[in-house]
Amino acid sequence: MTGTARPTLRDEQWRYADGAVLERLAPERFDRWRDLALAPGETRRECFVLDGAEPELVRLRVSVGEGARCELFAVNAGHDYTRMEVAVRLARGAHFQFGGVTIGGGDAVREFVTRLDHAEPEATSEQVVRAVHWGSATGNFLGRIAVARGAQKTDAAQDFKGLLLERGATTNAKPELEIYADDVKCAHGAAIGQLDEAARFYMAARGIAPEAARRLLVRAFIGDAFAALGDDAEQERMMEAALTALGDRA
Amino acid sequence: MLTITDLHATVGGTEILRGLTLSVGAGEVHAIMGPNGAGKSTLAYVLGGRPGYEVTGGSVRFNGQDLLALDPHERAAAGLFLGFQYPVEIPGVSNVQFLREALNAQRTARGEAPLSAGEFLKLAREKAALLRFDMEMLKRNVNVGFSGGEKKRAEMVQMGILDPQLAVLDETDSGLDIDALRIVGEGINAIMRRPDKAVLLITHYQRLLDYVEPDFVHVLANGRIVTTGGPELARQLEAEGYEAVAA
Repeated sequence: MTGTARPTLRDEQWRYADGAVLERLAPERFDRWRDLALAPGETRRECFVLDGAEPELVRLRVSVGEGARCELFAVNAGHDYTRMEVAVRLARGAHFQFGGVTIGGGDAVREFVTRLDHAEPEATSEQVVRAVHWGSATGNFLGRIAVARGAQKTDAAQDFKGLLLERGATTNAKPELEIYADDVKCAHGAAIGQLDEAARFYMAARGIAPEAARRLLVRAFIGDAFAALGDDAEQERMMEAALTALGDRA
Repeated sequence: MLTITDLHATVGGTEILRGLTLSVGAGEVHAIMGPNGAGKSTLAYVLGGRPGYEVTGGSVRFNGQDLLALDPHERAAAGLFLGFQYPVEIPGVSNVQFLREALNAQRTARGEAPLSAGEFLKLAREKAALLRFDMEMLKRNVNVGFSGGEKKRAEMVQMGILDPQLAVLDETDSGLDIDALRIVGEGINAIMRRPDKAVLLITHYQRLLDYVEPDFVHVLANGRIVTTGGPELARQLEAEGYEAVAA
């Protein structure tokens, strides 16, 4: 995107966004990027909890130097349109880890948009996104992976699962692969479902009330997104942030 | 303890239970046998309150309470345990987490203090040992990757931990090899053979009854109890078949 052009739903990367919010926001909001550069060999982790009441755009441009490792984890539980967008360039042997959860009800649109540029050989990436929604909420994951010519031994994995707690909620998953090298692994999966009724009855039959059963099942469902988060306390903080959103459920 | 009177129930609009009457007293073990499609599993699910199993007539009293008025989790807290024919796998939830949550939910509902993590693990270890169940398996996710026999033994460990008053065990013997059958049978005796407890054992075969001697054997056919006898009835069924005995 160039200049301060306001994106519209016709733009592929914005097609599931909240169109009304896009029109309302000042054009310069769309031009704000935060740059993150990891030196060769550096390891950096950042965790985000987005749970504000106003529309929010978090846009990150990440450059991961040779052999460096960048880990981003996010809970997207905004109460209005909330978008986290990450554009990553991976140098030789670099790794990018992304774990994201969109969770919430109401009518808000919450989305993760990632663009990974496997620019050099032997870089790896893993993205795990879980979406849990109810009401008439929408959760989106648009994940684009580009593997440059010559970026051999790229290993890029992308995994999305959506859980709809009520009729009326929506999730959209759009994996996009653009591969110009021949010796690469690019795995991607997307699945959308409902809470397992058999598991809910099994839990009830053991004495667990419906609300608690739902919380346990949602916790299990979103756990994958933070499985790669090596810090137990931070992992628990992210889980709690997501499950707090579940408590808002009417 | 349990009084079922003229119970009618439908599943998907089809009447499965057609006037079932049965009374189970404290200290008793009742076996319910019957051909496929007689309504055995439906009876278990109706008692447990499974969604989709609609009671259209009759009543069920459990310790003086109207069981059918309770939600499934309230029935568990009231002392009912439903042993599943096909225990459900729950990825991402460990047995320990699941059972501690279940036990403490039941205790809280009964006005008892919840168990701490340490107290719970002590209890779980004791009950697992009773069923010769590897404690390491209790740390794994609920039933995930368990063999058929391991799932059934895990059910019995759950029963031991939750310590119900009445266990309704739906074909707990299916999928068990001979050794596992004995262990499960002994487990049922150790946990439930008490003056203040009762068991409703739903089974196809006589073999589990070699280990858990029933006080009463009922034959369920076409949605109602058609014959009742003692342990000898089960042996007669095994020898002669349902058609000959229940006709």
